[in-house]
Amino acid sequence: MNLNIKREELLISQLADLLKNDNHVAVGAASPIPGAAALLAKEEAKNFNKRLRVTILHSNKYNNFTDGARELFDCAAQGRIDTFFLGGVQIDGNANINLVGTGEYPNVDKRFPGSFGSPLMYFVVPQIILFREEHSPRTLVKNVDFISAPGVSDDNIYRPGGPKYLLTNRALFKFNKKQKKFSLYKLNMNETLDSIIELTGFDFDVDKNLSEMDFPDKTRIETLRKYIAPMVSEFYPEFANRIWGV
Amino acid sequence: MKSFEEFTVKEIVDQIEDGILLGIPADYSGVPMTFTKELINKGVKNLKLYCLPLTTIQGDMLIGSGCVSEIETAAVTLGEFGLAPRFSEAVENGKILIKDSTCPALHAQLQATEKSVPFMPLRGVVGSDVQKNRKDWQIISNPMKSSGVQNEPILLLPAVQLDVLVFHASYADRNGNIQIGRRRELATLAHASKKVFVTVEEIIDTDFFENELSAATCLPALYIDGISVVKNGAWPCKLPGVYESDNEEIKKYSIAAKTQPSFDQYMKQFLKS
Repeated sequence: MNLNIKREELLISQLADLLKNDNHVAVGAASPIPGAAALLAKEEAKNFNKRLRVTILHSNKYNNFTDGARELFDCAAQGRIDTFFLGGVQIDGNANINLVGTGEYPNVDKRFPGSFGSPLMYFVVPQIILFREEHSPRTLVKNVDFISAPGVSDDNIYRPGGPKYLLTNRALFKFNKKQKKFSLYKLNMNETLDSIIELTGFDFDVDKNLSEMDFPDKTRIETLRKYIAPMVSEFYPEFANRIWGV
Repeated sequence: MKSFEEFTVKEIVDQIEDGILLGIPADYSGVPMTFTKELINKGVKNLKLYCLPLTTIQGDMLIGSGCVSEIETAAVTLGEFGLAPRFSEAVENGKILIKDSTCPALHAQLQATEKSVPFMPLRGVVGSDVQKNRKDWQIISNPMKSSGVQNEPILLLPAVQLDVLVFHASYADRNGNIQIGRRRELATLAHASKKVFVTVEEIIDTDFFENELSAATCLPALYIDGISVVKNGAWPCKLPGVYESDNEEIKKYSIAAKTQPSFDQYMKQFLKS
């Protein structure tokens, strides 16, 4: 059966699988794929008689906050958010993330927006999923040029949260906190271990259960296209129009 | 005597002196764009921007127009339309001082001023390059015996008081109370600012305090120094609950702002509009 599944849809489906055990997922700025995944997981949770709350920060409708922009951070610090997504201009093998720029700080060669809430969120949200579509030696590097938020911290630092997964358009990695290292867990269509090694700037382990990403079944893809796409268009109109023409 | 001061936008701009610390609301809070236009027309210099917690087109325009010497922020971005080009270039060339921060720290520094305490602690952040580059931040060992983890390193942030805050909102009532809805960060900004001016779409003949719902979502006139009625005062940014952002215009800006000459060209038109 050919459902003509788009690359973005496969990533949304893959992310939705990682949210199954959550009670509250929050999604930050400029994150249409994580946003769609969270809403999809919320819709599917109903089938198991489960309630998954989703907070999309750039939406007024899919939002649980009334106490101003600080509530996200207070709520996360209280342990009330199970999963949050972070990105990075660069991500390194120790899961350090850089959202500031490349080159020497402060007058970097190429300046990006800034660290947003990552220096707190990375410490307090139990499941941080790193999401960066571009999978290349310039995004996945040996050492980041600037640490917006560190992947691991010393034992005396309060840190109930941290990185659990890294998803790119080519692969899904798990993060092993003890070894401070990623391990390759799933491959996107047409990728091989060799292609991933070539395009990854840091060393990583290979999970013993390495497999291909699971394709969404017909029910899931219909839910996504019929119910989730119009919701996404409310807060990421350009993205929804490009992927689904809504 | 009228219960509040009604100003023109120009009279608000007259209150903005060179070198002040100016509060900047996020794109979702009500960006005072008509005011910003007049501020650029005035040719103000050496502003220090304090963003809660980020800025978009407002900050980028002020920087590109040479009005800014320093910015404290968690991000400057044009959102779906990409990087903020005038900001990025100014930082790369060292034309402005960047105090990189993070959203919860920007909130906490103002919350310290709200409570009139000299600092506020925050968890996380320790060990990042954001923290290591902030000489005005300090790490102490948790001195409390009854809460938290003893001797846990914890970050202390200084209280920050803004000189002036200007934002745009939907309505003021007849007594000068401002409707801010769920955008409570505007209250945080106002409480921590020496002077607060607001541009509004409309002044309506009602009293927000007469009803529990509208009382709970307004910023009391006691914090406000002047109000000016400006239709579409957030354009091309959105005004939550009233109008959406003009994405065509922001896209146009994002392209024009890529180089200084085409930015200057764009601004000539924009400042006249």
